[in-house]
Amino acid sequence: MDAELERILLKVQKPARYTGGEYNQIIKDKAEVDLRMAFCFPDTYEIGMSNLGLQILYGAINARPGMWCERCFAPWGDMEEEMRRAHIPLYALESGDPLTEFDALGFSLGYEMAYTSVLNMLDLAGIPVRSADRKSLTPLIFAGGTSCVNPEPMADFLDLCAIGEGEELDVEILELLRRAKREDWDKPRFLRAAARIPGVYVPSLYEPAYNGDGTLKCVARREDAPERVTKRIIEDMDSAFYPTKAIVPSTEIVHDRVVLELFRGCVRGCRFCQAGFVYRPVRRHSVDFLLEKARAALESSGYEEITLSSLSTSDFKGLPELTDGLLEWCEPRKISLSLPSLRADNFSMSLMERVQKVRKSGLTFAPEAGSQRLRDVINKNVTEEALLNSCRIAFEGGWNTLKLYFMLGLPTETDEDVLAIARLAEQVLHTWREHAANKSRGVKITVSTSMFVPKPHTPFQWEAQVGVEEYLRRVRLLRDAINSRSIVYNWHEPHVSLIEAALSRGDRRMGAVIEEVWKNGGRLDSWTDYFSMERWLDAFRASGLDPDFYAARERGADELFPWDLIDVGVSRRYLARERAEAYAGRVTPDCRVKCMGCGANCLLKRGGCDE
Amino acid sequence: MNRILFTKTGRAVFISHLDLMRTMQRAFIRAGVRIGHTEGFNPHPYMNFALPLSLGVESRCELMEFKLEEETALSALPARLNGVLPEGIEVLEAYASNTKFKYIKWLDIEAHLFYYNEVQPAAELAAFFARPELVMEKRTKRQTASVDIKPLIASLTVEDVSPGEALLTARLSAQEPSLSPAQLLEAVRQLAPALAPGHVRTRRLEVFDKDMNIFR
Ligand code: SF4
Ligand code: SF4
Repeated sequence: MDAELERILLKVQKPARYTGGEYNQIIKDKAEVDLRMAFCFPDTYEIGMSNLGLQILYGAINARPGMWCERCFAPWGDMEEEMRRAHIPLYALESGDPLTEFDALGFSLGYEMAYTSVLNMLDLAGIPVRSADRKSLTPLIFAGGTSCVNPEPMADFLDLCAIGEGEELDVEILELLRRAKREDWDKPRFLRAAARIPGVYVPSLYEPAYNGDGTLKCVARREDAPERVTKRIIEDMDSAFYPTKAIVPSTEIVHDRVVLELFRGCVRGCRFCQAGFVYRPVRRHSVDFLLEKARAALESSGYEEITLSSLSTSDFKGLPELTDGLLEWCEPRKISLSLPSLRADNFSMSLMERVQKVRKSGLTFAPEAGSQRLRDVINKNVTEEALLNSCRIAFEGGWNTLKLYFMLGLPTETDEDVLAIARLAEQVLHTWREHAANKSRGVKITVSTSMFVPKPHTPFQWEAQVGVEEYLRRVRLLRDAINSRSIVYNWHEPHVSLIEAALSRGDRRMGAVIEEVWKNGGRLDSWTDYFSMERWLDAFRASGLDPDFYAARERGADELFPWDLIDVGVSRRYLARERAEAYAGRVTPDCRVKCMGCGANCLLKRGGCDE
Repeated sequence: MNRILFTKTGRAVFISHLDLMRTMQRAFIRAGVRIGHTEGFNPHPYMNFALPLSLGVESRCELMEFKLEEETALSALPARLNGVLPEGIEVLEAYASNTKFKYIKWLDIEAHLFYYNEVQPAAELAAFFARPELVMEKRTKRQTASVDIKPLIASLTVEDVSPGEALLTARLSAQEPSLSPAQLLEAVRQLAPALAPGHVRTRRLEVFDKDMNIFR
């Protein structure tokens, strides 16, 4: 290790985040490698290493002969300062080599607030942040992840975006890059060729134009670029790469356990939920496959906890067999099993008992809205009766802490709906009084609210966000309506949600704002330690843009959206219909009850969804 | 009690003491060796380290003792564990012992001292450590006390390696009371600041009992 780096590592907090060397990291012989990629995660090591996508893509790319994928994370402020002072450029953990020596840097963009960190990481590596300022073929800077369903805000910085699931797509991009290197292509030639890979969006081949009122007028494209870029999916989950040799960090991270992905997509269509639409259609692993992989992952990692992870885990068809099979293996080995994101409606006693056998963790339900009317509007198909029933089972089973999540500012929300949250919490408390197994320990019910962020590719993509003032008024209304000491009310700060709303539905002009924020010190913006509302507002002003134009403006029915050139499978027509159904207060059945023809089945070669 | 002797070098020197426990625990599980648990209300795997190692310090003589849940051939353990440990941690030996960690008295260390200018400080450092007493301010959790560290140094030599770099080798009191390499250099900083190095790379070499026999 470089002596200078060693010296600064002794000065910073938690240096093991910056060293690499963990068990199961992959080291290759450089002499046998002709393509080097760095998987860049624009957040801390602890967050990034907890990301399943990282572990999957790291394994899938490294499975290719001649390709070596390493990791790189955003340093915390103290480390960044020391690195800049000592002129140590950002490096990848496995080899310790600076990022400039790599052929490709692939950024994972899971949330908008990470955007400024992408710029900061490039800069720390000594790489120009704007794509246009990078003339050579390598390092190629690309990105993937959920936020790329609207790639436009980051278009100025990225050479290309990988839309959808990356296991196959990333490898195809890297194979092409390998060929381009070998045949000495220049960057424009490579990008034109890459644009022909399904799922690849090359921003520089498109040129947006705007109307006088600031809305998008049209997008000109080079004739060889596709009109729309269709998201890639893995159709047959069991035959895709599955990470059973995950890197085991030598220092504590957020999710320090085996994460078992059961399926992708979600059969429900909650109208606010971007993940629910952009990951369609549902594709699942078989129970046998999962049992085998879970055992392998536990054995190879030495973890003593496994968690089941999917958008709506309790919807997994084979859940009873899976949990039984897992417990049979885990119990004698003192390995605990946890189930996050349980839905309140099909939460069964037996399921809870299964989990409880090993460990009892806190319970979280997300009814999202307080009144049945509003839950119908957002298509959150959970009734008060079902929720209270689940609570009863939980309280009878000995649980005494419960978290309830809600959003404020959902379309059509009235004060009545806000007050209904308080009433619902009271009902839950009442249920505890009636059914608690052990009342002497008391109960704690936590109600949390956040400001609703309308997202692209959802039925609410046309909606206006309510705004900070109005959100805070509704917070006060709710706070005053909660009177019990057993009910604790937490509300999330709305400023981040406002910026998130502006970024998520932003157009290409947003790049100037992001760059300005970064230039003024913005990075790690999902951390309250770093986020500064003033910095963002200043940057909007400096760029001549208004955050409310993006966040708080209701869009016209036919307005052209920056993200329309991305096809996630679900048609705009379907989203518009769902929006109309929302306003009519009508629910839509889930995909298992009835296919409503959202369009996502077209992504499957076999043509139809089987859920 | 069962023990392993292991090294901690390279990137692994940045694994903290707390993280090392977790890392060892997981490595044993990966190796398929089940560690015995403590008795009592809240049983946890029994593993215990001698002389916790500071972050950034290398070692060739770390000791950890542990219980085993079932009969396991100790001779095969190093190979089994080395296949599943992170880079930089290597088990040299596994054996049963009836000594106690509290019998450890002395610790051999070496420290590479790096200076920002091309000095040759060996002679002056040797003279400094040859003083009849070395009274420094030693900071503990709550208070600072004046301590003469001279009795805590059994032996010490310094040599110049190259301009700006010297190698200090010493046998220091390991516990009750302990004198860490960091404290030794802190004494230089306090009492002879002109001789204080800019950067230090420290390594533990060996542990001894009160009779200067190698401790295992
Ligand atoms: S259940 Fe609803 S909120 Fe949850 S992932 Fe599915 S669509 Fe989204
Ligand atoms: S095509 Fe039908 S079944 Fe498939 S995701 Fe869309 S609505 Fe659901």
